[in-house]
Amino acid sequence: MFTNAGTSSFTAFLSKVAPEMLPGRRPLPPGMAADMAPHATTIVAISAAGGVVMAGDRRATMGNLIAQRDIEKVHPADAYSLVGIAGTAGIGIELMRLFQVELEHYEKIEGAMLSLDGKANRLASMIRGNLGAAMQGLAVIPLFAGFDLAASDPARAGRIFSFDVTGGPYEETGYDAIGSGSLFAKSALKKRFRAGLSVGDATRLAVEALYDAADDDTATGGPDLTRRIYPVVMTATAEGTHRLTDAETAAIAESVVSGRMENPGG
Amino acid sequence: MAMQFYASPEQIMRDRSELARKGIARGRSAVVLSYAGGVLFVAENLSSTLHKVSEIYDRIGFAAVGRYNEFENLRRAGVRMADLNGLSYDRRDVNGLALANAYAQTLGAIFTEQSKPFEVEICVAEVGAAPEDDSLYRVTYDGSVNDEPGRMAMGGQAEAISGVLKNEHRPEMSLSEAVRAAMKALSSVGGEGGAARTIAANQLEVAVLDRRRVGRTFRRVTGAALTALLDGEAEGDVAPAPGRAKTPTMPTEEAKKPTTSAGSADLEGNAEDKPTE
Repeated sequence: MFTNAGTSSFTAFLSKVAPEMLPGRRPLPPGMAADMAPHATTIVAISAAGGVVMAGDRRATMGNLIAQRDIEKVHPADAYSLVGIAGTAGIGIELMRLFQVELEHYEKIEGAMLSLDGKANRLASMIRGNLGAAMQGLAVIPLFAGFDLAASDPARAGRIFSFDVTGGPYEETGYDAIGSGSLFAKSALKKRFRAGLSVGDATRLAVEALYDAADDDTATGGPDLTRRIYPVVMTATAEGTHRLTDAETAAIAESVVSGRMENPGG
Repeated sequence: MAMQFYASPEQIMRDRSELARKGIARGRSAVVLSYAGGVLFVAENLSSTLHKVSEIYDRIGFAAVGRYNEFENLRRAGVRMADLNGLSYDRRDVNGLALANAYAQTLGAIFTEQSKPFEVEICVAEVGAAPEDDSLYRVTYDGSVNDEPGRMAMGGQAEAISGVLKNEHRPEMSLSEAVRAAMKALSSVGGEGGAARTIAANQLEVAVLDRRRVGRTFRRVTGAALTALLDGEAEGDVAPAPGRAKTPTMPTEEAKKPTTSAGSADLEGNAEDKPTE
């Protein structure tokens, strides 16, 4: 089963040898299942000069309860791209792991990385595979962003793709947000985003937008100063993906919070 | 009715072995050896795109000699198996021995069941925390597996190359020394009347599994970085291959969770961070 000439795609390989490992291939009993599993919430992505920034809050909710305070929803997809997940946390994490393996697998088999658009299309078809579960309330929506190594203008190499439950991808200009607090995060970004931001300014803007989301959406967690839980902030630039250290995000989050002490609206 | 000649199983196996051995000996050689900073693969290869050496998983590399289509098929199978196991369990649960055993089963079955055996010899190498923890497995055309501590040579005049390599190799050698030792071993045969010859840098395929890294440790050494190593200029370390950006760094805490780190992180010059073992 391993030696067939076959495909370079790991999910295509799985669909033949272990279809039960693909999230969309499991039969679900009828009925709504929306409130039975934790939900991951808000992710924002901002394209900056020479890269892209993605940040996510740390809260997962189950109905009116906080299921987890320190969930990590933003991950590197490969050396140059990032993926954030909103929606049903368990399926989202499984999809994200599968997507990481998918990209690495292609790279190893073919000896070359997929193009950024190729990666986005791959992710879209994986989301589409989960459509049945999504219709029963177990939807997962990712946000995908990366540094496009093939871009002619390095200033525009940071690109963002959004998806819906039926797939996608839809390329976004400038910024995008997903999850329950995305409405508020996007409204904040609409007023504050400027084209050509530096990566440093964009990380600060991302944390501000998450603060605005947490301000108005109960399912989004703000910076938790007492427990020292801060948003996960990652960047993808020509140097690759980078996750800001806890100390760096703590500094940004604390400065955002102290700014809001004077002006709660930001 | 045509009468089928009787051939004893012994004779059939001997014929198949001979076919495979001849095929492997016709090709160019490859050597794999441990050095202080990792495991080094050096293969004589005229093509820069049809690789004899490649990455299987985080700490596992693959080298092969013989027929390209046959070992390429095995390589893909290895990547699939490693990725499947890594996804089902955890990245740390993928190890070289399991892979070597799977290759042995596959090659053994092909050798006994099919009319033509695979004319390949492969090496599965896993890098450990120190040179003595590295494991190199030699899997041959008939499915036999050998554990080769420290170094091995395959293909072409493998025995003569092994002899030179044995004299030159020390586990604590630097990368530059290791590359030159491998080069000396590979070029010790094949000249006029069995004498030594010179091999140009662009006819070598060189890659390492770097033990100081976490995540994916495999990287190719090409172009200027390789020439510098052969000249002994870049003593001890190797620059990243041109055309590929510097490896991204990640906080150690994140890097220690193999399931969530798809990229690899370089911990060089980060004294307080010890790579995961």
